[in-house]
Amino acid sequence: MPETTHTSALRTVAPIALRRRITDHVMTGVAVLTVILVLAPLFAIFAYLVYRGVGSINWAFLTQTPKPVGEAGGGMANAIVGSAFILALASILGVPVGVGAGIYLAEYGRNRFGDVIRFTADVLNGVPSIVIGIVAYAIVVLTQRHFSALAGGVALAIMMIPTITRTTEEMLLLVPQALREAAYGLGIPRWRTTLSITLRTATSGVITGIMLAFARVAGETAPLLFTAFGNQFWNLKVNEPTAALPLQIFSYAISPYDEWHRQAWAGALVLIILIVTAVSAVRFAVRRGTFGAA
Amino acid sequence: MAFSALPRPDMPAPQPVEATKVSSLPPTGRQTEPSLRESRGETGDQVFKAAMVLCGLTVLATLVLIVYELTLRSGPSWHAFGFKFFAGHDWDPVNEHFGALPFVYGTLVSSLLALLIAVPLSIGVAVFTTEMCPKALRGPLSFFVELLAAIPSVVYGLWAIFVLVPILSNYVQPFLARTLGWTGFFDGPPYGISMLAAGIILAIMIIPIISSITREVLMVVPQHQREAALALGATRWEMIRIGVLRNARAGIMGGIILGLGRALGETMAVTMVIGNRPEIAKSLFAPGYTMASVLANEFSEATGDVYLSALIEIGLALFLVTIVVNALARLLVWTVTRGQPSRANA
Repeated sequence: MPETTHTSALRTVAPIALRRRITDHVMTGVAVLTVILVLAPLFAIFAYLVYRGVGSINWAFLTQTPKPVGEAGGGMANAIVGSAFILALASILGVPVGVGAGIYLAEYGRNRFGDVIRFTADVLNGVPSIVIGIVAYAIVVLTQRHFSALAGGVALAIMMIPTITRTTEEMLLLVPQALREAAYGLGIPRWRTTLSITLRTATSGVITGIMLAFARVAGETAPLLFTAFGNQFWNLKVNEPTAALPLQIFSYAISPYDEWHRQAWAGALVLIILIVTAVSAVRFAVRRGTFGAA
Repeated sequence: MAFSALPRPDMPAPQPVEATKVSSLPPTGRQTEPSLRESRGETGDQVFKAAMVLCGLTVLATLVLIVYELTLRSGPSWHAFGFKFFAGHDWDPVNEHFGALPFVYGTLVSSLLALLIAVPLSIGVAVFTTEMCPKALRGPLSFFVELLAAIPSVVYGLWAIFVLVPILSNYVQPFLARTLGWTGFFDGPPYGISMLAAGIILAIMIIPIISSITREVLMVVPQHQREAALALGATRWEMIRIGVLRNARAGIMGGIILGLGRALGETMAVTMVIGNRPEIAKSLFAPGYTMASVLANEFSEATGDVYLSALIEIGLALFLVTIVVNALARLLVWTVTRGQPSRANA
C-alpha cells in the first residue's frame, strides 16, 4: 500500500489532493473509452451486415443454387441445406457421446479416471478448429478416398463434445442430492434414477449446453475446408462433398466479383439469423416445457 | 442472456462435494424388493454404467486419436527435415523443400499484436463493468461484449475485408507511416491487407474471452479489500488499482494467456486479411502468413506425401503450442478462483 494514501488519510479526511482526484476521473474516462472502443466494432459489424445483407436476400437467394461467374442471380439454397445436413450429422454423432460423458463425470466420475476425462475435455476444447479438420481428414477422408458430408460432421462433432460434456456434468451436479435419494428410496434402480429423475430435472440446462455447442460449430469454416469441401450443387448424400454456408461465404468473400461479394453478405446475415433463431427457439421451448412440468 | 455462458476453454470444474455421496451410496439399499426386480435393476445399472464409461472413453480416445494421427502423418516431413523444419525460410512445394519459420513468425507476431491491442481494452471493459458502471448496465454490457464471441470467424473476415481493410489503407496506415514510419515497423505501401489487419481483427475476436475471464476474476476479489482501501481514503481508481487489480493479477494473466491460445489457432478471419505470403518482414504493413492460414489455403491442394506431411507437421506444432498455452492459462485462473491464497502483497 503506497504511503501517500496512508498519510493523507491521517492528515485530512475531506479534501483529497487535486492530482489524485484528477487521476481518478481520468481513469474513469479511460475505462468508458475502452467500452466504447470494444462495442464500436460489434455495432459496426451488425449494422454493416444488415445494411449489405438485407438488400441481397431475395427469393432466388434462398431457393437457387449458385450460378456460374458472370450470370446474375443464383443463391445459396444448397449451402443452407448442406449446413443443416452437416450440423444434423454432427449432432447425431456428438450429442449422445457428449451427454453420456457428462453423465459419467457427474454420476460416476469422482475419481482419478474422471479427472483424466475432465482434463481431456478441457484440452479438446482448446484445440484449434483447423487441427480438428486435419484429423477428420485423416480419419474419414483418407479412408473413404473422397471428401464427404460425413467427414464434416465428424469434425464438428469432435468440436461439440467437450462443451456438451462439461455443461452436462455441471447441470447434473446442480440437481439436489435429495431427489436422487428419494428415487433410491422408492426402489428405482440407479440408471433409471439418472435418466428419469436427474437428467430430466436438468434437461433445460443440458439442452442449453447443447445449443451453445451447436451455435459454436454452426459458423465454423476451417474444419470443413478439407472435409465437407463444398459443392456447387445439391447434395444430401452422406458420402459426397457438400456445400456449407460458411464455406460458401468464405469462397465468395475472397473472390473478385461484386455479385459474389453481395451474396457473401447475404449469406453471412442468413447464417447469423439461423444461429440466433435456432438457439433462442430451443431455449424458449425448453423454458416453457420445464415450467409446464413443474 | 443467450450468450452469457458461451463455451470457454476454462469452464470451471464443479465442486465435488455432492457427488462423492452419489458414488458412495450403495446400489443395494433395497433388500425388501423382490429378487427378480433387484437383479434386473442391477444388470440395468451395469449396462448403463458401461455405456456411460464408453462415452467418457470416447472423449479420451478422440484426443489420443488426434495426437496419433498428427504424429503418424507428420512422420515423412519430420524424417526429411528434422528440427530444421522450424528454422527454414523456404516454402517451396515444387521442389519439395519446406521450412515453416515464416508461418511460425506470422502466427507469433499477429497473436502478440492482437494481445497488445486487446489486453488494455479487455481489462478496461472488465474494470468498468465490475467496479464502475451502474448495476442496471452491468448485465447488458457483458451481454454485448460476449455477443462478440458468438459471431462466426468467417463473418469477422468478411467484415474485415470490406470495412476494416479499406479504413486501414485509406486512413490508419498513411497516418502511422507519417508519424511512426521512422521506426521501420510502419513503412511500405499501405495496401490494407497486412499483418496489422490480422492483428486488429484477432484483437476484436479475443476481447470477449479476456474480458469475461477478467470480470470473473475481479468478482471473486473479496469485498473487504475494496472497503479497506476506501476506508484508508483511496479514491475509486486507487481502490481498483491497489485493492482489486493487484489481487487479481494471476487470474487476469490466465485470461490473457487463454486469449493468446485462441489467437494462435484462429484461422479464417486471419487468412482473409493477412495477405498469405510466406515472408518475414519487419514492417507490420507487409503481408504475412500464419500456421493456421497455410493449412486452410494449401491443405486440400497439397500433392505429394512430403508436402501433405509438412502441412500436418505444422498442424501438430500448432496443436502442441495451444495445449501448453491453455494448460498454463487454466492453472493460473484456477489458482485465483478456486484456492484463495492471500496474494495481497505478491
